[in-house]
Amino acid sequence: MSLVARHLEANGIATVVLGSARDIVEECGVPRFVFTDFPLGNPCGKPWEVPMQQAVIGTALDLLEKAWQPRTTVQAPFVWTPDKNDHWRERFMRVDDSNRATLAQAGEERRERQQAQR
Amino acid sequence: MPERRSHRSFMSYIDKSREYYAAHGYDQPYQWPYHHEVPFVTLSKPLSECTVGVVSTASLPSRAEQAAASFRPPKHPYAISANPIPESLYTQDVAWDKEATHTDDINTYLPLQRLQEFQQQGRIGKNSRRFYGAATTYSQRQTLETDAPEILAWCREDEVDVVLLVPL
Repeated sequence: MSLVARHLEANGIATVVLGSARDIVEECGVPRFVFTDFPLGNPCGKPWEVPMQQAVIGTALDLLEKAWQPRTTVQAPFVWTPDKNDHWRERFMRVDDSNRATLAQAGEERRERQQAQR
Repeated sequence: MPERRSHRSFMSYIDKSREYYAAHGYDQPYQWPYHHEVPFVTLSKPLSECTVGVVSTASLPSRAEQAAASFRPPKHPYAISANPIPESLYTQDVAWDKEATHTDDINTYLPLQRLQEFQQQGRIGKNSRRFYGAATTYSQRQTLETDAPEILAWCREDEVDVVLLVPL
C-alpha cells in the first residue's frame, strides 16, 4: 500500500497512509502517515467507537493540509487497552519453544501443497 | 516517575514476520521495500474543495465465494461505487490480528462514513464517487507495474485530489 501511495504522490496526488505496521510503512517511505498503535485490523480506530474514528480520520486530513515535508508521521493518541494489557504484542506471530515444532510442520505441509499444485 | 522499557513499544512487523516464516522453514527472508527518497506534493486548493479517494487492502468477493473455507479472493485492483457505502468487505485472507480484534465495523478500515461526516461539516469537498482496492501481494512488481498505475488512472477519471490509503 505504501508503494501505491508513493506512486500517486509522484504523479501529483497528495496521499496519507493510515496504518498500524509502523516499521513497514516508514521503511518504504511515504509522504504522510497516521500511525495507530493497535493490533493489525483497525487502522481507523476501534470498532464502534465513532469519536475515536473521527479523530483518526481528522488527523489524516490535518496532515494533508499541514505536513510540509515527506516522511511526516503522526501517532494517534490512543492505546488499545487502557489497563495496558498489551498481550497481543507478544501473541501475534509468536515463535517460542511451545510452538516451534508446530510451525515447522505447518511450513512443511504448505510446501508440499504448493509442490503438488505445480 | 517515567515509565521505562527495555524494548521499543511499537511492534516491528518486519522482525516478527521474518522470525515467524523462518520458523516455518523459509530460509530466504522477505525483502521489504526501502527508499531513501520520498515524493511529496502540497495541495493545490483548499481541502474543503478537494475530492477524497480511499484505497483499501480488503477485497470484494461474492457471498457464495465467502462461504468456501478455502476461498482466496483474486488479487486484482478494483474501483467500486461508494454510494451506497458497503456494509462489509472481505478481509479474512489478510494477515491482521484475528485473535485481538475483528473487522465487523467497516469504519475501522474503510472510513467512507467518517469522510461523509467531514463533507457535511465542510472540512472536505466530497468523497470520490468510487473507492479503490489494491490487495497486499507478495509481488512488489505487481503492485508497482499493475496495481498502482491502475489506481492512479481511476483516481484521475474520478478527479480525485487527495487519497487516504488504509492497509489492514
